[in-house]
Amino acid sequence: MNFVLPEIDLGAIAPQLWLTATAILVLMVQAFVPLVTSRSLALLSIIGSLLSLVATLGLWGQEAVLFSGMIALDTFSLFFNVVFLLGAILTVLISVEYLEREQIAHGEYFALVLFATVGMMIMAAGVDLIAIFIGLEILSLSLYVLAGFMRQVLRSNESAMKYFLLGAFATGFFLYGIALLYGATGSTNLDRIFLIAGERGGWGNVLVMGGMGLLLVGFGFKVASVPFHMWTPDVYEGAPTPISAFMSTAAKAGAFAAFVRVFLYSLPGLAASWAPLLAGMAVLSMVVGTLLALVQRRNIKRLLAYSSIVHVGYLLLGLLSGGTEGGASVLFYLLAYTFMQVGAFAVVVYLGGQGEDDLSLARFSGVAVRHPVAALAFSLFLLSLAGIPPTAGFVGKFYIFSAAIQAGHIGLAVVGVLTSVVSLYYYLGVIVFMYMRDPVDLPERRPSAALVTALALAVAGTVEMGLFPGSLLDLAQQSVASLLGS
Amino acid sequence: MVPLSHYLIVSAALFAIGVAGVLVRRNAIIIFLSIEIMLNAVNLTFVAFSRFLDSLSGQIIVFFVMTVAAAEAAVGLAIIVSIYRNRESVDVDRVNLLKG
Repeated sequence: MNFVLPEIDLGAIAPQLWLTATAILVLMVQAFVPLVTSRSLALLSIIGSLLSLVATLGLWGQEAVLFSGMIALDTFSLFFNVVFLLGAILTVLISVEYLEREQIAHGEYFALVLFATVGMMIMAAGVDLIAIFIGLEILSLSLYVLAGFMRQVLRSNESAMKYFLLGAFATGFFLYGIALLYGATGSTNLDRIFLIAGERGGWGNVLVMGGMGLLLVGFGFKVASVPFHMWTPDVYEGAPTPISAFMSTAAKAGAFAAFVRVFLYSLPGLAASWAPLLAGMAVLSMVVGTLLALVQRRNIKRLLAYSSIVHVGYLLLGLLSGGTEGGASVLFYLLAYTFMQVGAFAVVVYLGGQGEDDLSLARFSGVAVRHPVAALAFSLFLLSLAGIPPTAGFVGKFYIFSAAIQAGHIGLAVVGVLTSVVSLYYYLGVIVFMYMRDPVDLPERRPSAALVTALALAVAGTVEMGLFPGSLLDLAQQSVASLLGS
Repeated sequence: MVPLSHYLIVSAALFAIGVAGVLVRRNAIIIFLSIEIMLNAVNLTFVAFSRFLDSLSGQIIVFFVMTVAAAEAAVGLAIIVSIYRNRESVDVDRVNLLKG
């Protein structure tokens, strides 16, 4: 029997390798250097992420499929690498202060954030369902641990357990979907599945349809779309706040990367079958998420969790629109969403006291008096989430809705616009508390340099993408065009 | 030879048992075991397809799935242990701090 060793081109996965090496280094330093502070480990993680970013930019423009058709090197995966790395860097920056305050400053935290980012990169680059599955699991396992990182705190335990049980449950569905597609096509390679599923599509083929449906359920869980969203508010509320930010931005972007690749690239031939399902998920996410967010007053993290469900609805609408326009609007929106959502969580990290016992909206009363800059930044992020010009959120929504209208989904676009009008109510509610109520007794505190850097980056990103979206949108379009080969 | 459909029906039944276990049982460990049943039902599907399609990759996937399941067990049991330490119960209905 002849074995042909696959060609190994480590240069093509340099971004992943840099991150893995840094994560292992962080673990080693933490284990063998007794006096190391969490700040230096955070710095080390950021340096590793920046090296990975440099490697990503260095590979820009190259196209190849490597490792026996497992991993693709294309502009699509590189664009997503940038989103993931931005998410990871911002998360590490807002974590430093939080970890010290909650007394959980262990190096494993940063290593796990980096490992999760590697998982996302593998997901975005995977052109074989096995690679996508492995990436998904690297991501999920790291996040399960991170969600429960505050071992002594019941809220965090509970968050980790709910996330773990429902996440593993969803993995079962995802895997069964892969198995059925493998049975129908004889391969897990996305190219082969594209060829064969296109021929044998239609409701007549139980295996193809069942596989596609189960994959949809798996992805639905991972991106937290209605009706698979039950875990989201609980998990985001209980997890450490920077991790909630990480889960709602970078991790979601990872799941969407694979979602776009599998459904737009590999299964477009079945669009007639999955489009109605996806449309239903999008509408439900937008409407149910908005209604739940409207009545949420008790906890700002829950409010942001419900609002993230609404945003998943918009992203699904972009995915549904398909083609270069729809795909590019998803990519652009994910990048914009990373800036504004992590920014919003950064302010929550800053204003929440030790233990975060009380994160009700009332706690934000009169914040503008004591912390005018934080209040201003928070207002900017919330307005951007609501989609008010001239912010990134407005431009992102504009592209998604225009792609939807071009693709003929006018009814869905109208639902999207209506829900974003209604969403103004709960975003403005927070701003009203900050600016128009009497101040409560918030402790005086000075933000750390890392937190200020993260806030400045998020503000700059939100404003920049709102004012000058052109070049980034071109990049997003090139990335999707490289994927769809048009 | 046993036809492919028999294997598929058995694994679909196993998968359904796993799903039912997750939905019905309230003990976190039992729920976790039910998830393992789901994963192994999928493994059976993979191996059956691999045999009948005469393609090796189905069996390779099973190795990956087993590895992932082992890692998942390590993380999952650690989470369940930490919740037991703080609360002395692994009943998911009694884990209800977060709601609303």
